[in-house]
Amino acid sequence: MKYFHLVWAALFRRKTRTLFTLLSVLAAFLLFGLLAAVRSTFDAPPSAAGVNRLVVSSRISIIQSLPQSLLQRIQSVPDVKDVAYANWFGGYYQDPKNQQQMFQIAINPGYLDVYPEIVLSADQRKAFESTRTGALIGEAAAKALNLKIGDKIPIKGAIFTNKSSGDTTWTFDIVGIFKASEAKMRGIENQLLFRWDYFNEGRGFGEGTVGWYIAQVDDPKHSEQVAAAIDAISANSDHETKTQTEEAFNLAFVKQLGDIGLIVGAIMAAVFFTLVLLTGNTMAQAVRERIPELAVLKTLGFSNASVLGLVLAESILLIVLGGTLGLLLAQVLLPALNAGSGGRMNFPPIGVSTWITGLVWMIGIGIVVGLLPALRGMRLRIVDALAGR
Amino acid sequence: MNLLINVITVVVVIAVIAVLVVVPIAVVGILALLLAVWMATTRTGRQAWSVTRVGIATIPQRLGSSSVIVVGIAGVVGVLVALLAMGEGFRQTLQQTGDADTAIIMRGGATAELSSGVSRDDFTLIAQEPGIVKDAKGKPVASPELVVVANLPKKSSGTDANVEIRGVGEQAFELRPNVKIAEGRSFKPGLRELVVGKGALAQFTGLSVGSKLNLANQQWDVVGVFTSGDAHESELWGDVETVSTTYRRTGYQSITVRLTSPEAIETLKAGIAADPRLKVDVKTTGDYYSAQSENLSKIIRIIGIVIGSIMGIGAVFGALNTMYAAVATRAREIATLRAIGFRGLPVVVSVLLETMLLALLGGILGAAVTWLIFNNYTVSTLGSNFSQVVFAFKVSPALIASGLKWALAIGFVGGVFPALRAARLPVTTALREL
Repeated sequence: MKYFHLVWAALFRRKTRTLFTLLSVLAAFLLFGLLAAVRSTFDAPPSAAGVNRLVVSSRISIIQSLPQSLLQRIQSVPDVKDVAYANWFGGYYQDPKNQQQMFQIAINPGYLDVYPEIVLSADQRKAFESTRTGALIGEAAAKALNLKIGDKIPIKGAIFTNKSSGDTTWTFDIVGIFKASEAKMRGIENQLLFRWDYFNEGRGFGEGTVGWYIAQVDDPKHSEQVAAAIDAISANSDHETKTQTEEAFNLAFVKQLGDIGLIVGAIMAAVFFTLVLLTGNTMAQAVRERIPELAVLKTLGFSNASVLGLVLAESILLIVLGGTLGLLLAQVLLPALNAGSGGRMNFPPIGVSTWITGLVWMIGIGIVVGLLPALRGMRLRIVDALAGR
Repeated sequence: MNLLINVITVVVVIAVIAVLVVVPIAVVGILALLLAVWMATTRTGRQAWSVTRVGIATIPQRLGSSSVIVVGIAGVVGVLVALLAMGEGFRQTLQQTGDADTAIIMRGGATAELSSGVSRDDFTLIAQEPGIVKDAKGKPVASPELVVVANLPKKSSGTDANVEIRGVGEQAFELRPNVKIAEGRSFKPGLRELVVGKGALAQFTGLSVGSKLNLANQQWDVVGVFTSGDAHESELWGDVETVSTTYRRTGYQSITVRLTSPEAIETLKAGIAADPRLKVDVKTTGDYYSAQSENLSKIIRIIGIVIGSIMGIGAVFGALNTMYAAVATRAREIATLRAIGFRGLPVVVSVLLETMLLALLGGILGAAVTWLIFNNYTVSTLGSNFSQVVFAFKVSPALIASGLKWALAIGFVGGVFPALRAARLPVTTALREL
């Protein structure tokens, strides 16, 4: 540590060159930080902590529905605390382009108890329970589509025909606007929740069936046995179920989007390979033009090992400095991106594990690019170097 | 004065990038040709050419640092072209699925087949509408179709993914002449038999000819494999009536018909609009499938450009470093040239040209590597019917051209500042420098 100022001075001997190299390293690790965030949204989709929910869906396929009669039987499974059910809707408001902006789900009122991350005021909840055509909208969707409490919104385009309107148009009254309890859960604010009973009475077909059940378990340790018990209820019937934890369900879904991990890995390999070459060149240049100075250091009594250490420290410092700035920039940019997207993107902030992997990469790359120049510095002979041979 | 020059330089740099982004690659070629003519015919041009030759001749002495430009830009262009090729592949696969000669009819307001429903009566009515081609027996070429989703394990991950099962009418093969049975035979109506698309066969386990499949608690036989070169290849096809009874559906979801001509879409639309019993939307399959690809290919494009830009900024600084070092080592030589009468312009042109040639080399290298690895590389993602769509990366000449334009833009930015420094170096100081 006592040589820090020496390493620092050597690093900024050529200010422009070091600055440019730092900016290259910064760009590389900015990308590393951003892509790590993208990857982690796909590796582990955000879910609220400590909810222990199981998703019960049809084993045949996600589009197949389940009989409502299962509710009682799932409820009677030991260790099941609460059961809610829901139905996917799949329409749009005004323009088909808004489909991504607001996912619609028909829910039973108990759904709100199972999802504590849906934050709703008590009187709005009461209004929802007393209004058959009532709907709750997430804050992000309400903002994006410019909707407020009291609005009547027609939703159309879903597979379900509405007996009363004769076509696929369903009209809901917005009675509440909910928020997500945590920033990482803001994805749920792109939902429109409405009452399953209203939906069930109006639908042209499939009355009395639900899309999926959500069972809350008292203790995560019981998840596996509860899942097995729920699946046993409908075994060998024509509506066999598949019960899995919410995490597993979400993960299986995002996995279907594609192998994001592989794509991110390939991009980072290209970025880091280029970075090694680029900074390696900078370090080689830096050592080459400083050979007489290194010789002077050795003349003064610096050992071979300390010269090696000095050059290595310089290259590690270069990468760690640029890399840290890059990751910091990513950390600042991610919330800005999330905010700018109006809740449609929800990248998690850069976590400790990303910082640690990042630092390991920085030090690793620093050693790789510094090693050859450092060995050159270590092996130089004082007489030759001072003579400029 | 210096400030003014710097401001002008920045403006020129931005203008050049903008021009490179906008103009087609042919215009870039013409500009290069004009440069060559200028170099061959005018005095300053010939000077520039000889200085450039000296610069290029000394590259082998700076192989390490010059390769920073080449490899750095190869990385940018490679990643950019690969990502754009993914979006392009998805867009092409879906776009090829539709054309202007066939029309798809779904319930009014439906955005995808999965959220549509058309009754059996509707089918009978629609098939009689004008504008639809009749086959040799005088039957309209129309296929009522039903899409359901099944869970099957994927080869790559071993986990379940959604596969689309399409029940098709007997005219489906006449309707889509590009669908050909490549192995085995077609399914027989009324039997629980399936033909699988080549893409689905490659992505999912247990779909080879002769295997048995459990769908909705019933046993199905795979009797054939089909190719179509479009999104249908990701699907499993069976008889629409059999699929419908297996999944206990009462109606269909969409009707696809062959039009007598692309203009007949208007006739068909008018005919359907005139019938108050029908509440359906008519679109050409071309329009329908293009709309399906729009969102995802746009997102991939934006991601590609953002990642490419960040990498490009990194590569610019690498190029700047290399070229500043190159100018510094050649400072005496450049000063000598200027002392014996060479003007600033040839010096600027030579440094700039050298950087851009290295950049072009990097761009070609990156595009070539991407083409070798990723052209026709097959992946799959979730499509609008909530099931896997298999598609291949398409490294098209247009994408390679835009990759090369990026390379030239990066080379230009990385070369212009060192070039100006070379030209503005005071001759006397440069000559005295060791």
